[in-house]
Amino acid sequence: MTRLVVLLLFTLVWAAITGSFTALNLGFGLVLSGLALFLIRENVQPSGIAIRPLKVVALILLFLRELALSAFKVAVLVTRPKMNLKPGIFAFPLRVNRDFEITLLANLITLTPGTLSVDVSDDRRFLYVHALDCADAEAAIRDIADGFEAKILEAFR
Amino acid sequence: MTLWLAIPVSILLVAGSTFSVLAALGLLRLPDVYTRMHAASKAGTVGSGLLLMAAGLGSQDPAILVRAFAGFIFFILTAPVSAHLLARAAHLAQVPLTKASVRDDYGRDANGDRLK
Repeated sequence: MTRLVVLLLFTLVWAAITGSFTALNLGFGLVLSGLALFLIRENVQPSGIAIRPLKVVALILLFLRELALSAFKVAVLVTRPKMNLKPGIFAFPLRVNRDFEITLLANLITLTPGTLSVDVSDDRRFLYVHALDCADAEAAIRDIADGFEAKILEAFR
Repeated sequence: MTLWLAIPVSILLVAGSTFSVLAALGLLRLPDVYTRMHAASKAGTVGSGLLLMAAGLGSQDPAILVRAFAGFIFFILTAPVSAHLLARAAHLAQVPLTKASVRDDYGRDANGDRLK
């Protein structure tokens, strides 16, 4: 079932990238997608991830808002004559523990105001985040934990 | 191109270019590699995203619009990964943080104690 959805999704992405939704191209995309999925069949096991579509949409909306804010904040910062920076790297204690959740959280953090994920600790308990304003790391940790991390937990658990 | 299409396209073009210029300015002005990645990954992504949208809308061709949108999605997926890898590589190569930095927990837990 999931594979069928993935197959159709791949076909749509193919049609979007090649920019043609003719029956012929959709058919070709379907064949290519099937081939691609066949090639990686060993590496994708059924994951049993529960996805809540509405929560995923909420996560995407939150992300787009944060991205716009973030670009705006950086833009304002670099146009100031005197940049008042207190950068630093803080350790963010992770509650999510699956690979794709950590990846997702790290990517979301990077595209939000003033934060950039640098690395995950070897034991996967901490995410190292570089912040432009690290004067109050506890507040930043709380923001991420209550914002993106909470939303990810809602969307995929 | 009608006026009602030209106006949003122009706005997107100007906004996208502005963000791209500011991203470049950020690369020049910010003090170290880590803070620079902020400018490159955020303002850069939004700047190129807006320019792609402008190109897609301006073409008045759904096929090109969809491709521009796909390009934006790929930007969102890849920009943070490259920023993260560059920052990580810099830290592993022991590139120092700027003197203004107030904290470096890398390789430590939340209390600042070394892991292991």
